[in-house]
Amino acid sequence: MKNLPQHSGAVLKTYSILLFFLALKAAGNSAMAWGMKQIPERMSMNPALYLRAMLNPFVALGVAALILALLTRMALFSLADLSFVLPVTAVGYVIAVFIGKVFLQETVSGQRWLGTLLIFAGAALVGSTSENTTSVTRKARDEPQ
Amino acid sequence: MRWILVSAMVIATVAGDLLQSHEMKRAGEQSVSAKGLARLLHTIAQRRLLILGIACNAVSFFSFMALVQTEPLSFAVPASSASFVLETALAKFVLHERLGARRTAGALAVLAGVVLVGG
Repeated sequence: MKNLPQHSGAVLKTYSILLFFLALKAAGNSAMAWGMKQIPERMSMNPALYLRAMLNPFVALGVAALILALLTRMALFSLADLSFVLPVTAVGYVIAVFIGKVFLQETVSGQRWLGTLLIFAGAALVGSTSENTTSVTRKARDEPQ
Repeated sequence: MRWILVSAMVIATVAGDLLQSHEMKRAGEQSVSAKGLARLLHTIAQRRLLILGIACNAVSFFSFMALVQTEPLSFAVPASSASFVLETALAKFVLHERLGARRTAGALAVLAGVVLVGG
């Protein structure tokens, strides 16, 4: 498979981490959106407001899940090319709109669904044209520590 | 205000992604086991550009927090994809790369999608 490690164990590991990342991102985004809407003060440039917002349990859960998602994505970057990671993680846009509609009871118009699908298709197209840099990863992996 | 927050989020995301992708490729393969995460944190501590990338992610993150407070999640997350448009523009105008038809079409599709999502 292009832009992915060739042996089946590495492919399985990459897809497991990918699914873990998508689940964390979805959970983190929805917890964050739910929690932030309960905060009465409007966010501004004041960092104290953001720190205070993190005391909300949903926001804290969202922050924790999104930080773990960030670390998971970094691990994914070390296993596969950006040209693989970008298009496959673009499905997250569709998942976010689905969560917004089903769990957060947001109104999602046909125009917004169309826009999201265009974004998904466009992101997949952009990602599929990036340079393959796997050789850099392989070189770093093979170098003695 | 919504587009100011989207812009801050997108610019910080692009900078963070570029720095992280560049540095993680140099760092070698990582895993998400407990031992793997400890090694990853050690790698982060050793690489300044990776720390800068994470700082950019923090700016993006706070912008996202402010955005979802007032806007629906079904707007905030798709709008963040404008980073693809910025990355493509940077590739052409700053790095002077030649853009293929697919990449240009993809970036235009994302741009059209963001306009539709925000409309």
